[in-house]
Amino acid sequence: MAFNIYDFTEFTRNIDAGLRSAMSPGWAVFVEYLIIGLIFLLFYAVVGLFLVYAERRVCAFIQNRLGPNRVGPQGIFQTIADLIKLLMKELVPIKNADKLLFNIAPFIVIIASFMAIAAIPFAKGLHAIDFNIGIFYVIAVSSLGVVGILLAGWSSNSKYSLIGAMRSGAQVISYELSVGLSLLTIVVFSGTMQLSAIVASQADYWWIIKGHVPAVIAFVVFLIASTAETNRGPFDLAEAESELTAGFHTEYSGIRFAFFFLAEYMNMFIVASIAATVFLGGWMPFHLGPWTGFNHVMDYIPPFVWYAGKTALVIFIMMWFKWTFPRLRIDQLLTLEWKYLLPINLVNIVVVAFLVLMGWYL
Amino acid sequence: MQEEIVKNIILGEDEDYIINMGPQHPSTHGVLRFEVSLQGERIKKVVPHCGYIHRGIEKMCERDTYAQIIHLPDRMDYLSAHINNEAVCLCVEKALEVDVPERVTYIRTILDELNRIASHQLWWCAMGMDMGALTTFFYGLRDREKILDIFEESFGSRLIHSFNTPGGFMHDIHPGFQKRIKEFITYFRQKLPEYDRLLTNNVIFRERSIDIGTLSKDDAIQYGVTGPSGRGSGFSCDVRKIEPYGVYSRVEFNEILMTEGDVMARYKVRIAEMYESMRILEQLVDNIPAGDYSAKMKAVLRLPAGEFFQRVETARGELAVFIVSDGNKSPYRIKFRSPNFSNLFIISKLAEGFKIADLVAISGSLDLVIPDIDR
Repeated sequence: MAFNIYDFTEFTRNIDAGLRSAMSPGWAVFVEYLIIGLIFLLFYAVVGLFLVYAERRVCAFIQNRLGPNRVGPQGIFQTIADLIKLLMKELVPIKNADKLLFNIAPFIVIIASFMAIAAIPFAKGLHAIDFNIGIFYVIAVSSLGVVGILLAGWSSNSKYSLIGAMRSGAQVISYELSVGLSLLTIVVFSGTMQLSAIVASQADYWWIIKGHVPAVIAFVVFLIASTAETNRGPFDLAEAESELTAGFHTEYSGIRFAFFFLAEYMNMFIVASIAATVFLGGWMPFHLGPWTGFNHVMDYIPPFVWYAGKTALVIFIMMWFKWTFPRLRIDQLLTLEWKYLLPINLVNIVVVAFLVLMGWYL
Repeated sequence: MQEEIVKNIILGEDEDYIINMGPQHPSTHGVLRFEVSLQGERIKKVVPHCGYIHRGIEKMCERDTYAQIIHLPDRMDYLSAHINNEAVCLCVEKALEVDVPERVTYIRTILDELNRIASHQLWWCAMGMDMGALTTFFYGLRDREKILDIFEESFGSRLIHSFNTPGGFMHDIHPGFQKRIKEFITYFRQKLPEYDRLLTNNVIFRERSIDIGTLSKDDAIQYGVTGPSGRGSGFSCDVRKIEPYGVYSRVEFNEILMTEGDVMARYKVRIAEMYESMRILEQLVDNIPAGDYSAKMKAVLRLPAGEFFQRVETARGELAVFIVSDGNKSPYRIKFRSPNFSNLFIISKLAEGFKIADLVAISGSLDLVIPDIDR
C-alpha cells in the first residue's frame, strides 16, 4: 500500500504522545477533546456555509439563473453576509410559547448533527473516534434530531408548526428503518460496523462494485431514505413552504432559525459522507483489484480529495432531485417507505446474506 | 343577528383543528383566506373568505367616462389584462354600433391569444411551485418573458397595457410586431415539450394530480365553473366557440375538452390550450389587414339608454360585462361577471376529504387570480 504519505495515524499518535508526556493523562484527554471540539466547530461552520452557497449555485444552474455572484469572487462570501444578517436579526419572542423547549429545540437539532461528524473518517487515521460500532452510533445520533424538530413544532404554539412537526416525526421514524437496513447490507458484506474497517475493506474495489446488484439497490435506497430523513425535498413535508409556510420553524427568527437551516445542510453533509464512506469507499482511492499500476497512480491523489469528491457527488445528486421533483404527499411518503423501500430492503438483506454465505462477491 | 352570522361562518366545534390559510400564505397567490377545518391531515371542510383586496372597481366605473373605464378591468385579472380591456371595448362598441376596422379585430385576437399563453405560462409556474417543484417557476417565466417583450415593444408596458380604446387602439403596433410573434412561436414550440418532460410526466406529479379534486360536469355547470377548469370536466363553455367575437369565427381551432375533471385534467387542458393558441396565432399573424388602427370616435362617448352585454373568454373562463346606461357619459351601473369568483367557491366541494397538500394542488389547478375575485 503506497499511501503512507497521506497516513495521518502516525501524526495523530505523535500529538497524543506529546500531550501525554507534557501533562497528566486526564488533562491530555481534556485538551484533546478541546482541540477536536474547536476544529469541528470551525469545520461545521465552514462546511455549512459552503453547502448553503453550493446549493444556491447548483439550484441556480438547474433553474437557468446565475445565483449569488456579487459578494466576493463568484459570490463565495454571500452566505457569510447572510449569516451576519441573521445574527443581527431580532429574536421575536412568541406569546404563549413554551419558552424553555422553544429555546432548547434548535440546539438539540444542531447538537445531533454535530455529534454525528465525530465518527466520520476523513482520511486514514483522521477521525475523532473510531468506534467499533461506528455505523450504529451514526444512526443513533442522527435520529436524535427529530426530537428537536418535534419540540420546536410543539412549543411554538402554532398550528402550522405542529402539523410540520408531526409530519416530520412520522417521516423520520419511518425512514430510519430504511437507512439502517440499507447500511446493514454493507455491514453484512464487510463483516464489521467500524467505519475505518469498512473503508479498509474496500481497498480492492468499492462495495458498490464489489457488492453487485444488492449493493447498488442498497445505495439507491439509502439515497432516497436519507434524503427523507434529513427532511429535504422532495420529502420536505416538514417545511412544505406552499402548504405550511415554513412548517416546524415557522415561528423561529434570527440565529435560532439559522441553527435549523445550518443543521439541515450539515445533516445532508453527514448523510452524504456516510454514503461515500460505506458505498463508495470513503477516502479510499479508486482501486481495481489486481491492477497495481493503475492503483498506484490513483494513490497519488490525496485521500481527502477522494473523500470530498465522493461526498460532493452525493450531495450534488441530492440537490439535483430536490430542485427537480415536486413534493410528495404525506400518505404517499409513508406508502413509499412501508410498502416499497422496506420490503425491498428486507429481501435485499436476505440476498446479501446468501451471497456472503456462498462467497459470491468479489 | 351579527353574532348568529359569525357563528355560522366559524366552522365546527371546539375540538376541530382549524387553520387559516391566508390572507398571507405562499400558496394562495394573493390575499385570499381559506378557513380549513382539519382532522389530522384530512380536510373536513374548507370555507373561502374573500374581500381582502376589494377596491370597488364596479363603483369606480360608475364615476368614470367610458374611455376611462377601459383602464379599470385590467386591474381585475391582471394576467388577462388585454382580454378584460377588450371585453369592455366590445360592449361599448356594440352599444354605439361602431364599425371597428378589420385590422383592429385581427390584432385584438392576436393579443388575446398571446395573453392567454402568457397567463397559462404563469399558471404553470405557480402550479409547479404549489406542488413543491420550484424549478418550474423559472422555466415558465423564462418563456413568458418573450411575450412580455413583444407587449413592451408595441405598447410600452408589460403586464397591464391599457392599449385598447373604444373603437380601436391608442396607436398602431410596432413594425416588428409580426416578426417577433413568429420568432416566439418557433421558440415556444421547442420549449413547450420541456414542460411535459419536467412536470407532466413526473411520477410524483402524476400521483398527486390524478383523481384528486374531481369536479363533475353537473357541479361545474351548477357552480358556473368556466374556462379551462370547467372544460377539464367536459363542460363545453368556450365563449370563443359559442359566441365568437373578434375573428374567432374565421380561424380554425379546437375547444379542448377532457372528461376526467381532476387536477390532471385541468392541467392538461391548459397545456393543450397553449398549443391551440399558437395555432391561432400562426393563422393570423401573417394576415393582419392594412388600415386604420382605430375607428373615428367622438371625444365624449354617450351610450344610448339601455342594457348592453358582452362576454369574452379570458384565460380563466368567461368574463361578462353588463352595462346599464341612462344616456349619460358614464354608466348607470356596470357589472362584471368575473370567472374567478365563480371558480373559487367550488373549492369547498372539491377539497373535502382530501389532504391539506391536495387543497394546495386543487387551488393551483383552478388558477385563481385573487384581485379578480374581489374586484
